[in-house]
Amino acid sequence: MRMEAKILLILGAFFGIMFAVYWRWSIEDAGGVMMFAGMLLCFLPGSYYYWWSRRMKARPEDDPNATQTQGAGVIGSFPGTSIFPFTLGMGAFFVVMALVFGIWFLVPGLALAGWALLGATSEGRRGGHV
Amino acid sequence: MTDLITPPLHVADDGHDEHHDEHHGPTGILKWMTSTDHKVIGLSYTVTSVVMLVIGGLFAEIIRAQLASPNGTIVSLAQYNELFTMHGSVMIYLFAGPFAFGGIANIIVPIQIGAPDMAFPRLNALSYWLYLMGSITMLMGFFTAGGAANFGWVAYAPLSNSINTPGAGADLWIGGLLLTGFSAIFTGVNLTATIFYLRAPGMTMFRMPIFTWNMLVTAILILLAFPVLTAGLIMLYCDRHFGTHIFSVAGGGVPVLWQHIFWFWGHPEVYILALPFFGMATEIIAVFAKKPVFGYKSMVFATLTIGALSLGVWAHHMFTTGVVLLPFFSIMSLLIAVPTGIKIFNWIGTMWRGELWFTTAMLMALGFLITFLIGGLTGVYLASPPLDFFTHDTYFVVAHFHSIVMALVLAGMGALYYWGPKFTGYLLNERFGKIQFWLLFIGTQVFTFPQYILGLDGMPRRIAVYPHSPQWKTLNDWSTLGAVLVGVSMIVFVVNVGYSWKKYPAGDNPWDGQTLEWFTTSPPPHHNFYRLPQIRSERPTWDYNHPEHRSLAHGIDPVHHHELAHAGAVVAPEPESDDGA
Repeated sequence: MRMEAKILLILGAFFGIMFAVYWRWSIEDAGGVMMFAGMLLCFLPGSYYYWWSRRMKARPEDDPNATQTQGAGVIGSFPGTSIFPFTLGMGAFFVVMALVFGIWFLVPGLALAGWALLGATSEGRRGGHV
Repeated sequence: MTDLITPPLHVADDGHDEHHDEHHGPTGILKWMTSTDHKVIGLSYTVTSVVMLVIGGLFAEIIRAQLASPNGTIVSLAQYNELFTMHGSVMIYLFAGPFAFGGIANIIVPIQIGAPDMAFPRLNALSYWLYLMGSITMLMGFFTAGGAANFGWVAYAPLSNSINTPGAGADLWIGGLLLTGFSAIFTGVNLTATIFYLRAPGMTMFRMPIFTWNMLVTAILILLAFPVLTAGLIMLYCDRHFGTHIFSVAGGGVPVLWQHIFWFWGHPEVYILALPFFGMATEIIAVFAKKPVFGYKSMVFATLTIGALSLGVWAHHMFTTGVVLLPFFSIMSLLIAVPTGIKIFNWIGTMWRGELWFTTAMLMALGFLITFLIGGLTGVYLASPPLDFFTHDTYFVVAHFHSIVMALVLAGMGALYYWGPKFTGYLLNERFGKIQFWLLFIGTQVFTFPQYILGLDGMPRRIAVYPHSPQWKTLNDWSTLGAVLVGVSMIVFVVNVGYSWKKYPAGDNPWDGQTLEWFTTSPPPHHNFYRLPQIRSERPTWDYNHPEHRSLAHGIDPVHHHELAHAGAVVAPEPESDDGA
């Protein structure tokens, strides 16, 4: 956890330095704003990882001497198969078609996307189709 | 419901895993549509992106046929604009990135770090569907009345506004990019979470294979860069349809802002494309030199440095606009040569005094190294503003980035020969592979080299006809010949896949691989591993198979390592018969 935090924080700090230099030196704002946002995007998860790394013991994957049995156990529970990513993808496709060919494409697009969101949520709760 | 269980619960002989393999209901097209297994999704990604490579390659062949004579009449001027736009778009957006982070990395990264799947399996599937539908959306432009997008793959304002480029083709291009952009962002989230949270016990960050490291940095760059492109595309769409004037002078907007936004995504994108292929070449070179990666930590450092610097170099694409900070971007761009040089040095160091095995994959990696060096060095020239002012928008730039991307194609082909056996279970034919390599490698040099000279001679890019000049005609003919050779090499690849179809069973570890993916079966079972070795270095499979030549362990205190080394049965038990190694 500590190494993950370190990488993101160092990257963020580097973007911060670049931002400061660029902001002082250049005459346009867009690049500076984007570099500043890049810095924040690194600091946000980086500080979260750092905060946790100080409060928890090293995970088995952070311990150079860990044995495989230390990692045993259930890490999560997911549907083995699911149609809803496909449905949501098709919904997004029709929404984009609405941007190009006409607003009526939103009807199938949002219907498919809504169905996928409801379906994926309830699938996660009740156990999916395996 | 499938419980995602870490491997140690599956001991190979307890009969549990056979049961685990069976419960995958759907087969055929329904399996393709509903699977959340990273290997199935990764294979879909790989196949789709290779199809995109073929489509983009066909566009390239038509472009080169047109340029074989000064007044080519194969396509009209308008069609030529569509072709070079879609050639670039298909290759960059729909082939190179998705092949690397959606295809190969999707399959290989979880296995390399001992994870049972990606962190978010359903999000992974959604990424694929967004990518596929985005690709179809972009290509649908050819079937509209006005044709496909024709403003170049960079869509500069004000050329891309609704007055200069009306019609549905441009909107389909924007829509397709929105979909594939979200697909890339989701894959970036997935890869980062997988690498941060699903590593096997003992797989510390500094024991991850270099390919996984490169994919981590790629994923972080995706998260930093792609949202900027998505935002820019939405602004462009608003300018085209909702009457905003973000990129038009008429309403007080700034056209060059589009270039800033586009290249703020576009230059990290270059490394998003390149880093995965660097990783593939690193793995291939290490395995076929039978050595650990030379300078492992400096390799990781170089990758991180490239990632960090890549956010500060975007405006070297905009030197000639006259409104960017030349010294800042020139210095930053030149600095990138340092970590890249470290990588080249390390690749050579890995091969140095190694036991080289010239398989097709190794040849492809060597071809990558040479071609990338040519492209990289010419890139250093272009980072210098005076030289860039001279060569901007000429064929010199075209030749430079085609050296780079063709190097990536070589490394990608190497990855298919190297990892293909792992995810299909069958090897490809080596004789066809070597024919393919020589055609691809020689073809690449023959098609890029004349373009460097043409560029220095002043031939602009994106032109369908050019002045009559014997020298330009000859050089263009050579370039076209090279493009034909590359095209033939792709035909050889397709023939090879057909010829080798289920012919040469690979076994679990055909190359004496070093990293975890070679510890499991080919193809890997559902959730990837029946069991895992102890991980004490960045080469766990090598340590297991070669206890006499165990890697130096990273990050272990010497005393403890001493104990481990003497307890060989614990660290690296003798290979068992069911291992298949």
